Amino acid sequence: MMTHTAYVLASYGIAAVTVLALVLWVWTDGRARRRELQALEAAGIRRRSVQAGDVQ
Amino acid sequence: MSENSLAIRKFSDLANPTRFLALAARVLPWFAGLTVLLFAAGLYLSFTTEGDYQQGETVRIMYVHVPAAWLSMMCYSVMAVSALGTLVWRHPLADVAARAAAPIGASFTFLALVTGSLWGKPMWGTWWVWDARLTSVFVLFLMYLGLMALNRAMDEPGKAAKVSAVLILVGFVNIPIIKFSVEWWNTLHQPASVLRLGGSAIDPEFLRPLLVMAVAFTMLFFTLHIAAMRNEIWRRRVTSMRRQAARSAGREV
Repeated sequence: MMTHTAYVLASYGIAAVTVLALVLWVWTDGRARRRELQALEAAGIRRRSVQAGDVQ
Repeated sequence: MSENSLAIRKFSDLANPTRFLALAARVLPWFAGLTVLLFAAGLYLSFTTEGDYQQGETVRIMYVHVPAAWLSMMCYSVMAVSALGTLVWRHPLADVAARAAAPIGASFTFLALVTGSLWGKPMWGTWWVWDARLTSVFVLFLMYLGLMALNRAMDEPGKAAKVSAVLILVGFVNIPIIKFSVEWWNTLHQPASVLRLGGSAIDPEFLRPLLVMAVAFTMLFFTLHIAAMRNEIWRRRVTSMRRQAARSAGREV
């Protein structure tokens, strides 16, 4: 039988792990996509709108 | 120009992904900072306020369980509005918004289910019952997973957008069912006690940390959602640039 405090700590622990995992996933996904875009631009590939001079 | 058309123009200005990216870059640091501050305040209040005279310490589970449950429904509502945006206005960012929100909503729903279970065991004497509230939230969790799977299964974003928008709107029927399940059926889960006619039935001692945590979770959702939308726009740009590169390479040969 767990004590009441153990249930509370388990709840906050799981919440912290879930939120951190979510933040980490969004963060690393963003970094990876930014790197890919930079690599493509370094290779001289431009988006069509940029090529057409429609820079915004 | 009337105020209404000005509002519409502002809304359609946002339809330009490049403008959205600029806006996201501007607001994200502020949103993230505010989220951290709110969580610091919320967690401080959660652990310094008194325990309940009947529930003891376990009342503190409420400060994560209830905001997570609210967010699980709000996130689906955001997706439903985005689905309307895709089908009715063909807003270019609507599908990006719906797609980016699904994993975040699934996480909050998972949290609501797990913390509810951890609260149920000491208070109800059981981890789980198939009552109307718990079952309908579990269905919501499955719907999030289904939408994520559907989005991954279809290569063409345009086609996936329409199919998932229809599915999101069909699934929206579950949201009022979740909300009113505790009134329509005899459930082990308690009925609403914060937002109800006749005022909140919660003591201010518990209401204060609950509201601060709810605002903190909401800010966390918006921060993550804007960042995930930005990532999705980048992902689509990478795909289209690669396709373009492959096409021009094919022409050169």
